[in-house]
Amino acid sequence: MSAFAAMLKRELRLSLRGGGEMLTLVLFFVIVGAVVPFAVGPDKALLSRIAPGVIWIAAFLAMLLGLEKLFGPDRDDGTLALYRLADLPLAAIVAAKVIAHWLTAALPLILASPALALLLAMDAETFWRTLLSLLLGTPALAGFGAIGAALTVATRRGGLLAPILIAPLSVPVLIFGVGAISPSGGADQAQVAALLLAALSLTVATLSPFAAALAIDWGED
Amino acid sequence: MATDAVQKMTFWNRLAHPGQFVQWTRPLVWPLAGLSLVLFLAGLYFAFFVSPAEKYMGDTVRIMYVHVPSAWLSQFVYATMAASALGTLIWRHPMADVSMKAAAPLGATFTAMALFTGALWGRPTWGTFWEWDGRMTSTLVLLFIYFGIIALWRAFDDQLRAARVVAVFTLVGAVNIPIIKFSVDWWSTLHQPASVFRADGPTMPPEILTPLFVMFFAFTLLFAVLQLVGMHTEVRRRRVTTLERRAARGESR
Amino acid sequence: MIALGDHAEFILAAYAGVFVTLALVISWTVVAARRTTRRLEELGDTRRADNANP
Repeated sequence: MSAFAAMLKRELRLSLRGGGEMLTLVLFFVIVGAVVPFAVGPDKALLSRIAPGVIWIAAFLAMLLGLEKLFGPDRDDGTLALYRLADLPLAAIVAAKVIAHWLTAALPLILASPALALLLAMDAETFWRTLLSLLLGTPALAGFGAIGAALTVATRRGGLLAPILIAPLSVPVLIFGVGAISPSGGADQAQVAALLLAALSLTVATLSPFAAALAIDWGED
Repeated sequence: MATDAVQKMTFWNRLAHPGQFVQWTRPLVWPLAGLSLVLFLAGLYFAFFVSPAEKYMGDTVRIMYVHVPSAWLSQFVYATMAASALGTLIWRHPMADVSMKAAAPLGATFTAMALFTGALWGRPTWGTFWEWDGRMTSTLVLLFIYFGIIALWRAFDDQLRAARVVAVFTLVGAVNIPIIKFSVDWWSTLHQPASVFRADGPTMPPEILTPLFVMFFAFTLLFAVLQLVGMHTEVRRRRVTTLERRAARGESR
Repeated sequence: MIALGDHAEFILAAYAGVFVTLALVISWTVVAARRTTRRLEELGDTRRADNANP
């Protein structure tokens, strides 16, 4: 367990030291959301109607952006090869990385989401549901992201490939994520979506380190 | 007899050795291809000359005879790939790699065909080429997954490594596809409560079932033939790579 | 050929699309098979793993 904690600490320290990247990610998230009104027009009724979808898409894209640095630097300096020989199972190392990825790439977005809610004319109640839905759904995105990054880590030109692989898998996350915010079918359906989203996140967050570890182990020899 | 040793090899051993596999399956190619062709011709005859117009959909029901087999194959090919992926991951079966690689473009083709015929069927029956209904949407997502798999194959130079990584992704996709299907169904019923189309409507009369079944087997056999030939080509392509590498090494020395 | 009703163009387009695609896939498979066989012969493959001789 202490090795796991040390891994987590290392990952967090590395991400925080390059704090500029986190800021870039947050800026990207806010700017993608803020660009939408220019494209669809400043109609407040329309904006508040599409706001949940816009926030989810912005979060999705921002999380894809941070994937390259999940395993890329470790591959380049050879740390990844050492991880495969470590006492700690590779899956545990990947799990630590996924947790660190969520803390540094998803949590800042959630904290920045009030800015987007304001710009997109969200009412307070929808905003709270958005916050809940992002909290419930982003672990699944982080898990899928880890799988995508692990699958492409052995390829030299994998930068664009990971998003292509993950996007279709993430469809349920987007569906239930937005469904938990703006239910067309009534409040009970929103609750159903939130529960399904939580179930999905738990499953993906649990299983993805194993899949990602398998992909790294078998892609790298 | 020299072939006795071969005969005594177990089924799986025979399947595992690339040379044996090719030798064993090559005689199947032409008979299967011929059978598939006959079934296609019979299916076309039934589809256009025997099958009556359907009561509700009219003549457009004839599109179903190519649409349903494509849609079936879009899922069956994925099942083939997932089974092969298990073979790669668990038994490191060399022919499983080859089978996965040969199936991916075929699966993408059949999925694209299912979407194409579905759109052409949708225009006269629903009044639109594209409807975000559960079935079409999940087929579209499946097509994207196929494209991802093909792109992943192409991203690697070393095909043995590629096979194992692709196998992981294929299985992740296989676990995910039911979830995607469920979520998309939930989503589409939420957004359009009035369902436009139900396939499990009135039971189909035999005049419509006959061409459907004939076409179904014709398509499936065609897939089997293409898959076998694709696997044979892939086995030889690997031999080419080995020889080229050997030649390059010999010349540089 | 019987009359195809109001939507003949859709039916014919669907069948044409399907069979053109199938023809393309079949010819692509055949061309790929031929090309690898030829390349193998150019390289002077002696093992002939793909041939039926034991």
